[in-house]
Amino acid sequence: MSWLTETLTSTLGRKVIMALTGIFLILFLAVHLTGNLQLLKNDGGEAFNIYAEFMSTNPLIQFVSKGNFFFILLHVLISIFLTRKNRQARPVSYQVAVKSETSTWSSRNMGILGTLIFVFLIIHLKGFWYEMHFGQIPYKNYDGFEARDLYAVVDQAFSQWYWVAVYLVGMLAVAFHLSHGFQSAFQTLGLNHVKYSPAIRFVGLAFAILVPAGFAAIPIMMFFT
Amino acid sequence: MNLTLKVWRQKNSADKGKFETYEVSDISPDMSFLEMFDVLNEQLVNESRDPIHFDHDCREGICGMCSMYINGKPHGPKDAITTCQLHMRSFKDGDTIVVEPWRAKAFPVLKDLVVDRSSFDRIIQAGGYISVNTGGVPDANEIPIRKDIANEAMDAAQCIGCGACVAACKNASAMLFVSAKVSQLALLPQGQVERKSRVENMIAQMDGEGFGACTNTGACEAVCPKEISISNIARMNREYFSAKVSSQKV
Repeated sequence: MSWLTETLTSTLGRKVIMALTGIFLILFLAVHLTGNLQLLKNDGGEAFNIYAEFMSTNPLIQFVSKGNFFFILLHVLISIFLTRKNRQARPVSYQVAVKSETSTWSSRNMGILGTLIFVFLIIHLKGFWYEMHFGQIPYKNYDGFEARDLYAVVDQAFSQWYWVAVYLVGMLAVAFHLSHGFQSAFQTLGLNHVKYSPAIRFVGLAFAILVPAGFAAIPIMMFFT
Repeated sequence: MNLTLKVWRQKNSADKGKFETYEVSDISPDMSFLEMFDVLNEQLVNESRDPIHFDHDCREGICGMCSMYINGKPHGPKDAITTCQLHMRSFKDGDTIVVEPWRAKAFPVLKDLVVDRSSFDRIIQAGGYISVNTGGVPDANEIPIRKDIANEAMDAAQCIGCGACVAACKNASAMLFVSAKVSQLALLPQGQVERKSRVENMIAQMDGEGFGACTNTGACEAVCPKEISISNIARMNREYFSAKVSSQKV
């Protein structure tokens, strides 16, 4: 085995892949939220539709988008490998275990939270991404710029309460996943320092609350308007 | 004090094992947890029954032999002590106490509460040592070491290798133990000779022994009788990746 495969298939190497893909997805979330907040602009979807048209046709964005899908799948795949190894490491479980005193709930349930997020992602992608790329969305003309009316699709979805409910559950899972994942990624990369770790934990917690809350605000506000 | 004990009994590593319930009476609150087990074992011997096997040696909290998972926590309910330093005053009269062995694939149960922790020894053999010249004893303080570095190395060196970190971890991961050993030597000038090969070999051995990965839950540092910090795990990760990237070993 070459040193590189040995490194990347070791438990530490796999954790680093989890951390790096995780940080990429965190950055993606920030960009995705910034774009999506345009849905709340009171312009009948003009800004959002122009933005969505740009994002789904620009070759550079499309390249990064493929990378994003790849990193999601890699994050999931490696987590399956790690979970299998972790399960095998304790074949007989304890009769009594006081876990809540020594660790947070989300840190112990990253797999369950991740699975929830994955199911949410499939619903989310089928609803909007698939429609945008393979569906028949009518074009709208904005001062000579042709853009598909994705806003109408989103607006239609979020007028139904069950779509809103799915998004709220999904964002709750993302929030708890991030509340551990953000700071955990830095720890895995070895970035633990008495000066910076408190700041990383604070930013992580703020991100885990604010970003999912921002995403959740979109279906709620679109439902009530 | 009168207590009910639910203790894991297992004849040998091939046996499936089961819990058995025992009653002990007139236990002094000043007894240590292990002394309470001594009383119970005396009772069992007098009844011509097989006494409960458990590991212990110094009974001063420094050898790392005692290893009981008491009421769902390694070394019992108190922080920063080993099982032998746990006193019966930490329990109430009439309590039921559940005692289990460490549970990990890499720590197979030998008998009752005794587990085989030689996987830790093999990890140490893989790299947890330094090269020194033989001959006369060198002068103390011959090699200057900054006080804060010496403190940090000493904090890591406090690890007694009891395995509570593995027992508490949901993944039965040995990261806290290995990182304490790696850190202790990586911080000091004496550890520089094997610095890269040490971390590479110890982690390869750790993976080979079947310990799990680290989810950074922090359960290990919460139960560690020597309060080893998970900042050591971050240091070990740095050591590992810089060694992997820069060492001559291909």
